[in-house]
Amino acid sequence: MLKIEANDSHRVTLTLNGRERSGNARPRTLLSDFLRHELGATGTHVGCEHGVCGACTVRVDGVASRACLMLAVQADGRRVDTVEGLAGDDGPLSDLQAAFRRHHALQCGFCTAGILNSCADFLGRERDPSEAQVRDMLSGHLCRCTGYTGIVRAVLEVAAQRREQRQEERDDV
Amino acid sequence: MKPAAFDYARPATRREAIELLAGAQGEARVLAGGQSLMAVLNMRLAEPALVIDITGIDELHYIEERDGALCVGAATRQAELAAHPGLAERVPLVAQALPWVGHFQTRNRGTVCGSVAHADPSAELPLCLATLGGEVVLEGRRGRPRVVPAASFFQGVLTTDRAPGELITEVRFPLAQAQTQYRFTEVAMRHGDFAIVALAAAIRGEQVDLGVGGVADRPVVRTLPAGDGLDEALNEFAWALGAEDDAHATAAYRRTLVRELGRQLITEARPC
Ligand SMILES: Cc1cc2nc3c(=O)[nH]c(=O)nc-3n(C[C@@H](O)[C@H](O)[C@H](O)COP(=O)(O)OP(=O)(O)OC[C@H]3O[C@@H](n4cnc5c(N)ncnc54)[C@H](O)[C@@H]3O)c2cc1C
Ligand code: FES
Ligand code: FES
Repeated sequence: MLKIEANDSHRVTLTLNGRERSGNARPRTLLSDFLRHELGATGTHVGCEHGVCGACTVRVDGVASRACLMLAVQADGRRVDTVEGLAGDDGPLSDLQAAFRRHHALQCGFCTAGILNSCADFLGRERDPSEAQVRDMLSGHLCRCTGYTGIVRAVLEVAAQRREQRQEERDDV
Repeated sequence: MKPAAFDYARPATRREAIELLAGAQGEARVLAGGQSLMAVLNMRLAEPALVIDITGIDELHYIEERDGALCVGAATRQAELAAHPGLAERVPLVAQALPWVGHFQTRNRGTVCGSVAHADPSAELPLCLATLGGEVVLEGRRGRPRVVPAASFFQGVLTTDRAPGELITEVRFPLAQAQTQYRFTEVAMRHGDFAIVALAAAIRGEQVDLGVGGVADRPVVRTLPAGDGLDEALNEFAWALGAEDDAHATAAYRRTLVRELGRQLITEARPC
């Protein structure tokens, strides 16, 4: 059984966007703060710190989760993906990011990191989502400046693009 | 908005978790999905000395059919139950209610038992458990596990029959009965918010078990006539719930919702 005393700092090692990273965390350290302050991965934003706004959403072992509602010590040994990992090092934007740009799905960008992570998990599970499903998934995020119309369009477009791509790959075989 | 300091333990077995909880004399909190507890800790509404993380206990991670019920272990997430094959046939009420429980992102981590343990009066899963006459399994350090019917488990706002040294190890949802229709609906400010009024119904011919969440201090279930006399029965039920005005809705609006939504839910579900 793992036990950590309140004032002990525990070595947390995780795979952040494909690279092994480690840092120190006390039991009360939130995953969101660990990513930002300990690992310097400030792409993950923090709004409300009680699970409502969605800004801090990251993927833990691929699954969209609120980083402000997880302890850093719970992420020890896990794979954590954040917005920094979407495009690869100085690479082109991912299809999802490019679609957000095309559809003006962001303005200030505060909510965007979290939304992109939710969408990445969601589109991996739902190959052919309806607009209602996309809106339902987005209900877990608050965007205070863009409005959701552009975001919905971007997500639906990427889903359609990926379906086409898969079809072409099948046709090639 | 940061938690106060606490010791952290991640037991690997059910026994270890129960020993820790019982030994902490009420100073410990169980951490399941964290989708309610972490907010409580962040806001310092609670400052436990010890947090016991049960998400690593494999033996509590299951969904099983046993003795006419779907049994869900304490480490099982809401999203896993939603994706359980056949849920819509086996426990249709829960299948209908789950999409209303928070959001895609919170269901990914929130557990089924955690929602029951938390006992928010608006929460959907406690309402389903109460309406179906389900059970909660509690284990303490000594004696045999206690199996408590939902009707006596929920005792008030965030208040249950669980003793501080007990772990909820499982909740049991009775399987769908023949000739019975199950319906769920709710009204909230925004989808995914806690319900202003949530309604769950099990309709058997001329009778309906109607459960109401979000109005009283716990889910309340009554058996009503599904045909003649329904309107009067709904009206009486609506008043008996003792609705109060709050920031989200007035008592009168809540009563109206129980009457109107209740009638729609019950009559539309009836085979013609
Ligand atoms: C934005 C947002 C929206 C939400 N909307 C809804 C909603 O519409 N409807 C709804 O029902 N819920 C909603 N929730 C809460 C829901 O997501 C939680 O999952 C649920 O209330 C608690 O489950 P959990 O596993 O996360 O438990 P935790 O948060 O880990 O624990 C909750 C409480 O139960 C205790 N506990 C947990 N498991 C056990 C156990 N096995 N034995 C003993 N005690 C235990 C904990 O100590 C704690 O006191 C929402 C949450 C958020 C962040
Ligand atoms: S900061 Fe985590 S949900 Fe708002
Ligand atoms: S783009 Fe500014 S909050 Fe969403």
